Amino acid sequence: MVLLSTCFAGQQAIAETALKIGYLRVDVAAPATLSNLDPIPENNGLAGAQTGLQDNLTTGKFLGHSYELLEAVVPIGDDALNVAKDLLAASPYLVLDAPTDVLTRIADLPEAQNALLFNSSSGEVSLRDQECRRNLLHSLPSDAMRTDALTQVFVQKRWRDLVMISGSFPQDLSYAAAMRRSLKKFGLKLSDEKAWNANADMRRTASQEIPLFTQSFGDYDAMILADEVHDFGRYVLYNTWQARPVTGSEGLSAVTWSPVIEQWGAAQLQSRFEKQHSREMTSLDYAAWTAVRTLGEAVTRTNSNDPKVLRDYIFSDAFELAGFKGRPLTYRGWNGQIRQPIAVVHPRAMVAQAPLEGFLHQTNELDSLGLDRPESKCEAY
Amino acid sequence: MKLLLSSGLALLMASSLSAGQIWVTNEKDDTVSVIDTETLEVVKTYETGERPRGITFSKDFSRVYICASDSDAVQVMDPNTGKILYDLPSGEDPEQFVLHPDDIHLYIANEDDAITTVVNTQTRKVVAQIDVGVEPEGMAVSPDGKIAITTSETTNMAHWINTETQELFANTLVDSRPRHAEFAKEGSQMWVSSEIGGTLTVFDTATQTEQAKIDFEVQGVHADRVQPVGFEFTENDEFAFVALGPSNHIAVVNAQAYEVEEYILVGRRVWHMAFNADKSQLFTTNGVSGDVTVIDVASRKALKSIKVGRFPWGAAFRP
Repeated sequence: MVLLSTCFAGQQAIAETALKIGYLRVDVAAPATLSNLDPIPENNGLAGAQTGLQDNLTTGKFLGHSYELLEAVVPIGDDALNVAKDLLAASPYLVLDAPTDVLTRIADLPEAQNALLFNSSSGEVSLRDQECRRNLLHSLPSDAMRTDALTQVFVQKRWRDLVMISGSFPQDLSYAAAMRRSLKKFGLKLSDEKAWNANADMRRTASQEIPLFTQSFGDYDAMILADEVHDFGRYVLYNTWQARPVTGSEGLSAVTWSPVIEQWGAAQLQSRFEKQHSREMTSLDYAAWTAVRTLGEAVTRTNSNDPKVLRDYIFSDAFELAGFKGRPLTYRGWNGQIRQPIAVVHPRAMVAQAPLEGFLHQTNELDSLGLDRPESKCEAY
Repeated sequence: MKLLLSSGLALLMASSLSAGQIWVTNEKDDTVSVIDTETLEVVKTYETGERPRGITFSKDFSRVYICASDSDAVQVMDPNTGKILYDLPSGEDPEQFVLHPDDIHLYIANEDDAITTVVNTQTRKVVAQIDVGVEPEGMAVSPDGKIAITTSETTNMAHWINTETQELFANTLVDSRPRHAEFAKEGSQMWVSSEIGGTLTVFDTATQTEQAKIDFEVQGVHADRVQPVGFEFTENDEFAFVALGPSNHIAVVNAQAYEVEEYILVGRRVWHMAFNADKSQLFTTNGVSGDVTVIDVASRKALKSIKVGRFPWGAAFRP
């Protein structure tokens, strides 16, 4: 655990308000993938929380507000709940990077009932639906927000006939389910689906395997890959039988954050992050940054460190977080999901930002992405 | 100004014949475009350092200062030749600056470093560096030179600097992502635009307290996308013309009643602006469409779009 407990004197004589924020990461075994090309940063997520803390501290020093980040990592196989209890004893504010089921178990702890927890790691739709928790906010967009964003691009480009290849990891299946929902929502056709089952090592044989594997799809407008663990998807590009765009987890992707986002002042956040951590900012980093900044913004505006006061402010009309996406980020009052535009990118540039022009909504176009109030079966709010 | 308002277009055209130039920085072309205010055409394009943004002239217009953000320098150019004479030390990533009425000191916002740097343009030395909030951007200085302002985008504050001691004496919260600041009414007021908050806040300078707040509403555009950025005052600070970013409109704000009187459609993602000599015409930089819209101030009509470089950002007038 790292403690940063520096006291900053404000310019004016204002009573000190101190906020401790716990950051809890629950490690899981990384799935074995075909390629070893992607190093996963050791501090993925945590680095974003640290940059958010830095931003809060800079602002806080002018107001007599101080912040600390209490960091805890639970190794594979250890009991996450005990560590969560320890953190909750120190602070009611936790940013969580944990598997879906661990998130709900932490939220259900008696010690967590008056806490403000942030899910910064799981896009699982059910957490925003029937499995929602009143004390669990989501600073990471749901899978449904991302698949809706990509589907809006399909609609705009008139790619109406889609096919999909899904991996078999839980994240892949969640993503595929969210994608099916999005295609239905926007009236597009999923004409065929296949499960990825090839056991070959694609670094040698992609050019032979993939054309055969994709031949049976016949013709279509675009292919979707549900490969959230990035196992096989990279080998599909430019190897399909039909010369059609590849989208989803690879190729044209809807993402929470990406190094190619530079508009709306994003270049500043990117360079600030890179200077501090010597690497590019990931979606997980951005979600953790968002959670820590959400708390910072609420403290700045309310001058309080009371969880009830902060929660009320975060869900009020007055709350808005500048998140370098061109529109204020706010929280949905029906399931605790943060609203935000979603970038649709390829690895070298941004292609579009959803909501796309023309996708209207009676109150907020951002609610054309993900579970809208009438759709969500969340009853805890 | 009153005379112009009452005597119609003929006089207006005549008045704008007092020739001048509008200098526009092109953020993604590393150039400045020079527009003739009489012919409304680009007459010169000069190369600059990387990512030019803020631009301002010395009092006698013999020097033009340009924030070359990605070159980490403020460049000093001879406006007669377009030649870069030398760089001033500026701290990292200078985005926007303001020249003190003494014509000597530049107050520079260092966006990446949460610092305001004060540079003496004669000795070419850094006089002071002042810790401010995250991502400082908007810069202003009071007409009497006693107060400088830095706004910080992520900290959401206006920082009030005593220019004698180069120290902060007040920090005032504003709505999300403050972008630009200007003193008005002989320095008795200080205005700040908040891009994401979608508001203009008017402060009483003497007490640093909020005096008024102005909201915007553009028909057919969601409130989230109405994002006030740059703004300038007409003669006698009667009206403020406010760039509303991605809503592609300029708002005309009555600066006595603090009410919006009109919205003028301009190019895409309108950012900053500059008036011509007699303030009869306003030139707005439109980042996404890569052009400059010329507005007739009296009739509040857009007259023309002038193609410039990629992502025009700052604008400054030179007689």
